[in-house]
Amino acid sequence: MSLNLLILAALFYVAFLFTIAWAAERRAEMARVQGRPFRLLRSPLVYTLSLSVYCTAWTFYGAVGYAARSGLEFATIYLGPTLVFVGWWWLLRKLVRVGKAHSVTSIADMISSRYGKSNALGVIVTLLAMAATTPYIALQLQSIALSFEAFAGDDSMAARQLALWVAAGLAVFTILFGTRNLDAKEQHHGVVIAIAVEAVVKLVALLAVGTFVVWGLADGPADVLTRIEAASRVEWTIQPGRWLGLTLLAGIAIATLPRMFQVLVVENADERHLAVASWAFPLYLILMSLFVLPIAVMGLELMPEGKNPDMFVLSLPLAMGREDLALLAFLGGFSAATSMVIIASIALSTMVSNHIVVPLWLRHRARGGRMQGDVRGLVLNSRRFAIGIILTLGYLYYAVSGGGAALAAIGLIAFVGMAQVLPVLIGALYWRGATRVGAAAGLVTGALVWLYALFLPSFGPDVLVPARVMAEGAFGISWLRPHALFGVGTLDPLLHALFWSLGLNATAFLAGSLLSFPGPMERLQGAQFVNAFALSQDGDATRGWMPPQSRIEPEAEDLLAMAQRIMGATEAQSFFQAEAAEQGKQGYLPDPTPAFLDKLELKLASSVGTATAHAMIAQITGGAIVSVEALMAVASETAQIMEHSAQLEAKSEELARTARQLREANELLQKLSIQKDSFLSQISHELRTPMTSIRAFSEILMDDEITGEEQTKYARIIHDESIRLTRLLDDLLDLSVLEHGQVNLDIGQANLSELIDKSITASNSVLPQRDFRILRHPADEQIALSTDTGRLTQVFINVLSNARKYCDAEAPVMRITVRRRGPKVSVDFIDNGSGIPKKSQALIFEKFWRLTDTHKAGGAGLGLAICREIMVNLGGDITYVPGQGGAAFRVTFPIVLAPARPRGDVREPAE
Amino acid sequence: MAQNDCAPRGAAADRAEAPGTGHGRGRLVLVLEDEPNISEAIRFILHRDGWDVLSRGDGHDALDLIESKAPALAILDVMLPGRSGLDVLQAIRARPALAGLPVIVLTAKGHATDREIAMRSGASLYMAKPFANAELLAAVRQLVGA
Repeated sequence: MSLNLLILAALFYVAFLFTIAWAAERRAEMARVQGRPFRLLRSPLVYTLSLSVYCTAWTFYGAVGYAARSGLEFATIYLGPTLVFVGWWWLLRKLVRVGKAHSVTSIADMISSRYGKSNALGVIVTLLAMAATTPYIALQLQSIALSFEAFAGDDSMAARQLALWVAAGLAVFTILFGTRNLDAKEQHHGVVIAIAVEAVVKLVALLAVGTFVVWGLADGPADVLTRIEAASRVEWTIQPGRWLGLTLLAGIAIATLPRMFQVLVVENADERHLAVASWAFPLYLILMSLFVLPIAVMGLELMPEGKNPDMFVLSLPLAMGREDLALLAFLGGFSAATSMVIIASIALSTMVSNHIVVPLWLRHRARGGRMQGDVRGLVLNSRRFAIGIILTLGYLYYAVSGGGAALAAIGLIAFVGMAQVLPVLIGALYWRGATRVGAAAGLVTGALVWLYALFLPSFGPDVLVPARVMAEGAFGISWLRPHALFGVGTLDPLLHALFWSLGLNATAFLAGSLLSFPGPMERLQGAQFVNAFALSQDGDATRGWMPPQSRIEPEAEDLLAMAQRIMGATEAQSFFQAEAAEQGKQGYLPDPTPAFLDKLELKLASSVGTATAHAMIAQITGGAIVSVEALMAVASETAQIMEHSAQLEAKSEELARTARQLREANELLQKLSIQKDSFLSQISHELRTPMTSIRAFSEILMDDEITGEEQTKYARIIHDESIRLTRLLDDLLDLSVLEHGQVNLDIGQANLSELIDKSITASNSVLPQRDFRILRHPADEQIALSTDTGRLTQVFINVLSNARKYCDAEAPVMRITVRRRGPKVSVDFIDNGSGIPKKSQALIFEKFWRLTDTHKAGGAGLGLAICREIMVNLGGDITYVPGQGGAAFRVTFPIVLAPARPRGDVREPAE
Repeated sequence: MAQNDCAPRGAAADRAEAPGTGHGRGRLVLVLEDEPNISEAIRFILHRDGWDVLSRGDGHDALDLIESKAPALAILDVMLPGRSGLDVLQAIRARPALAGLPVIVLTAKGHATDREIAMRSGASLYMAKPFANAELLAAVRQLVGA
């Protein structure tokens, strides 16, 4: 088989993955728009398959090589995770529960969040993960290069060049599907589905090769067993120490490797999926390991001496002339390698952007002043950039290390590196006394020991660590020899490093925690994490924000502006609106209560990480102080008490909400009664004003001789004022008809774009001398409407005319944005003036309300009140959207209006 | 009140359109009214009777004007943009020098309470819109004693 054919097959396979990922993204997007869950992704099967990113090229190719070299020891790599999933699933369950409750975006975020939302810890874990993952990515690239080489034979194709292309292709794929959206909670559908498909491919490939080996090359299982017996060597003897250590290491890896945390916790759609995964994933691992030893034994027997056993999966079928099987095995190995690289780089890039880039930007901003620009863009671009950097580093590592070491060795080194997170992670979930200082001490100690004793020496003597240091220890101190710390030189280097790094790490962690005193936020988060199951989620409203004090009221509008920059305008507005409704308020601005701030923080945390989200809100509300109630909650020791108080709190909150609603209803009624009086007096005023001019001038015309010129002038005034009267009466009648729902809607078909055209032309007659720039996206406006087009146009004209009258910008610009939201469409009219003052925003839709004095406004102040009633009749609404940088009105209505629609919600009794 | 026999004198009277009925004798009336048409009607009615009329659309510099121009009478609309007519009236009454200035309060609000508030604030006379021209003229003449 030619190499070109192989590359073509790989390209086809990648194209296939692209298609699947793309289709899944589309399906998920459609499901999201229609507001239903995306079933396929939310199945336990996909979850279980996605966990198989554990099985990288190392397990695919390397396990066979491992078995050929060391016999059954390879099984430890499967045994560890199996034990954890079967026996320790409660730990995983707690991890998932806590991770989801706190919208954790990565393992670094988890640690940072637990230890007082400390970003420093996030940075440490991020750096550790970078150091441990880079070689692992290099390993995947190497395995792909090796597999190409196995096919190429003597054709000395530049393996490195191929690896470079693979790295570039993976970067493109990951950037395309891993950084499409910001919210880490609801994304990566495409990636997860692609990973699940790859999981199936690698399993099928390995089983196919195994079946061929057992029944095609040998004479069935019995024959294979005898051959294994015969092949048994001295090196294959089981060493209990290594068995124990490696099993432990693999078990730790399942929870601490960044990519495992990503699929296990971050991409988890439902905690219950873990129950299925707890038996299905071990089953997957058993199937993956079933044929490893037979393939290894048959490879040793049939392949020429000196062939790399790591490649037996590939080279054995190839040597036996089964090119189809070899191709399948190649795709299996390719899947294993790519799935690891994709998930690992997504996980790492999230950490880098959330813990390094965004905090730096925040600090810069704190110095620079105003919040500028789109944070989403910043975060996404920093992730894309980070993915590029990570893959480049991986490639460089591969190129520099030369791919000499056996595959398994690099994998285990990475395992030991990430295992350093374990003590801190266990402490996070089970020890309330663990502190930030302790965590930092443990992590740094463990990481340094790992670097010194395992990672740096792994490059070989004299590459990074001088041979002299290896032999005599640093500074000539013999007990500092990297492979024989404290004079313990009898262990093998891996176990030695594992023992010392984890041991010193845990000691430093314990000592640091015991010696330091946790801050309020650490105590609070500690209680939240450790008592994750005791606390009911709804009643738990004490996450650390102070109730707003009358003195410093956090500006809901500023919060909205910030949230829009991170979550996107649509998402943020609907979240704020829902929260306001929950509080019994109308509009987009809920009161910044502690409960609301908690929810907002959680929402933001799923995009930018806990520490950053907390810091951002603190910047606006002016202080991240832990409330007394929150500390009391921590102090109350038993989970039962907390549960009980949480219930009470929920009840009292419920009561407070009801009371608030009643109070607001009462206020509304009082307001309505006053409004009724003032409505009559306002009508009287509006009628009397033109009347006065008419009467005065008609008397003047009647009883005196005046010049012809004056006569014409005064007659014109009378004429104009009577038109004004008529218009006022028309408006009043219109309003009354609309309010009582007696309006006959004239439903017709029209294109939204044409309606906007028409409205702009009509509104140009207002202050025609003003040059008003209008920005539109005609492509979005091509929506065929079936509604009362005349009434809708009336609303558009009113909003546009108001902007022409009131927009105070020197060069006025009006932006018209059309968005489809399922069966509805929304049209935003946003100008660049100074907007409506906050105190007036709630009043503008009231009758007779005017921004300026009567004469300048030229109307009776009924325009927006009429607009509101029209929109209610059209099954939609018109709202003022604050925080848009100018006056912003959003008109929302159904694309197709059912003809005989009963009048919608009765918000207020009509006057 | 009935001082029709007084002959018009001075330059102001010459400008009056109907010198025979000119009671104003060039004396100044300050009119604060934001509706330009109503303001024009009042100007016409008073000017024809020999009064000099100074009109303003709001109450911002009303007090300065009164102090510098010393009008014989002020006509204030209640609903003025910015500073309401009643505000201006109270400020006038707060100055001892202006305590005796005749002030007519005009309003399009017809409530009895509005009248009460206006009288309590120190209005000499309260008139509801729309008014009869003759009525307004008579009131001006009576209050100034022309």
